[in-house]
Amino acid sequence: MAAALETRGLMKRFGGLVATDNVTFRLEQGARHALIGPNGAGKTTLINLLTGVLKPTSGQILLQGEDITGLRPERRVQRGLARTFQINQLFPAMTPLETIGLAVSERLGGGRDWWRVTGSRREIVDEIVEIAQRFRLADVLDERTSNLAYGKQRLLEIAVAFACRPRVLLLDEPAAGVPEAERHELLATVAALPRDVSVLLIEHDMDLVFSFADRISVLVNGALFTEGSVEEVSADPRVRAVYLGESVDE
Amino acid sequence: MHADPTAETATPSSTADAVRRRLVRKGRWSVAEIAFWLVAAATLVFLPERHLILNEIAIIGLFALSLDLILGYAGIVSLGHAAFFGFGAYAAGILAKHGLADPLLGLAVASLATALLGFATSFLVLRGTDLTKLMVTLGVALLLGEIANQASWLTGGADGLQGISMGPVLGLFEFDIFGTTAYAYSLAVTFVLFVIARRIVVSPFGLSLRSIRDNPLRARAVGIPVNRRLVAVYTLAAAYAGVAGALLAQTTQFVSLDVLAFHRSADIMLVLVIGGAGYLYGGLLGAIGFKILQDILSAWTPQYWQFWIGLILVVLVLAGRERLTDRVKALWPRSRPSPDGKAQALPVTPAREV
Repeated sequence: MAAALETRGLMKRFGGLVATDNVTFRLEQGARHALIGPNGAGKTTLINLLTGVLKPTSGQILLQGEDITGLRPERRVQRGLARTFQINQLFPAMTPLETIGLAVSERLGGGRDWWRVTGSRREIVDEIVEIAQRFRLADVLDERTSNLAYGKQRLLEIAVAFACRPRVLLLDEPAAGVPEAERHELLATVAALPRDVSVLLIEHDMDLVFSFADRISVLVNGALFTEGSVEEVSADPRVRAVYLGESVDE
Repeated sequence: MHADPTAETATPSSTADAVRRRLVRKGRWSVAEIAFWLVAAATLVFLPERHLILNEIAIIGLFALSLDLILGYAGIVSLGHAAFFGFGAYAAGILAKHGLADPLLGLAVASLATALLGFATSFLVLRGTDLTKLMVTLGVALLLGEIANQASWLTGGADGLQGISMGPVLGLFEFDIFGTTAYAYSLAVTFVLFVIARRIVVSPFGLSLRSIRDNPLRARAVGIPVNRRLVAVYTLAAAYAGVAGALLAQTTQFVSLDVLAFHRSADIMLVLVIGGAGYLYGGLLGAIGFKILQDILSAWTPQYWQFWIGLILVVLVLAGRERLTDRVKALWPRSRPSPDGKAQALPVTPAREV
């Protein structure tokens, strides 16, 4: 069976700097896979390559077995690869209702629809309601996004990506900056993501990695340093040296 | 599916109904809107001696509406929107001069031609900062102005395009010296185009434009082909501006280089700032406000009226239109503004809901 997402010999050079160094990696169907690495390991560059913001110097990216290396970012989203952002990238002047409605109607081909009023299609409305409830946004649907509590904004951040009905979801530090009181709600919704969505979690927070992931890849200096189950990686003394030791010091 | 513990005991289907109602509500016309257009129609009967200036207001309103589509909804700044206004005016004028006397047919051809120009130049405003866009749009307008000046065999150059004779509208209504047919014609065209624009901005397409204005990075990340959408709305806005220009040419039966001049582009920005960007009525209300101000100020102080216009502009922009309107709204306790950070910095004036 084809991997949900796969890279083959992925390289990215910025002048003399090798930011992504020959990364060959598989995200299995339905996986809960974490990608960790110290600051500057090249996690952001790798996400940008996967989502199409950057073009790789060489190598291939495959989504459900199909080569998407040359596709533009929005085409990849349409093929089922969605991401969230470490720093909220929302639409401050829009409401969660409009934001989710935008993503849903865009996916159902509504973005080219310029004559019907948003929300006149039944299937779009049903899906907005389902997503709002799943991400616990039902009671703030009409607030202006810029006025939402930070934890709610983080939930909306994931909800928008989820509204693209991805088969592969890249979560970039979903809990970053969320205050303790709102953390539980966020982690619960992340844990409750349906299993038919394969998730790659890019994360600094080791508690979240250990509670969520079943596999871990460690990225160091742009290259895959090691990969294994949670137990293997957390027991690996070399990983402790390059990463875990450092995170204890933080 | 995860049930929401905080939601009331509403069944999912009633929640869906509520959501649908809230979404569809935006497509519905409010009483104030209907009243606005009824008053506009009533001026046809009740203000016969003002039809010439009302015609001008309708045309400027449509022109500003066109700018609102790209500035208020898609966040594209332009200092050269007169390029399309002027192009449409010359297209309609030249067509009429060479025998195409039917106003509506001329309007259609002129707007299509302007849409083509808009499409071709849209690719220049896709990239770059706001400053780049300002300069590129300004440059395109200057280019067209100079071309119109040089091609005097076609445009009449500095003397203007003369000898335009228009046929009757729909073959029935001759243009008269009081401007009544002209105003009725311009108002009807503006109304039809307004209805279409109003529909567009509440559609998923319109929603995607607002998302691009707010955050193009995220818009791409939800699968929106950002560039294609911007090209589409820029082309549409160009067609609208072209229609406005064509209306001016047809109803005044004269076109001069003035239609492409820089002050046209600047004035229309001013009109939109006065009326407020991002809710479609801003252009129309701004046109009324601008013309009335111009009328009052130039009667009061013919040489210095621009001083006052300038002062008003500075006050509006510095104090912030939002804050001024909220102050006024706060006088009525029932419509007190929500205690939120309305002054939050956004790249352009935030869209208010239609």
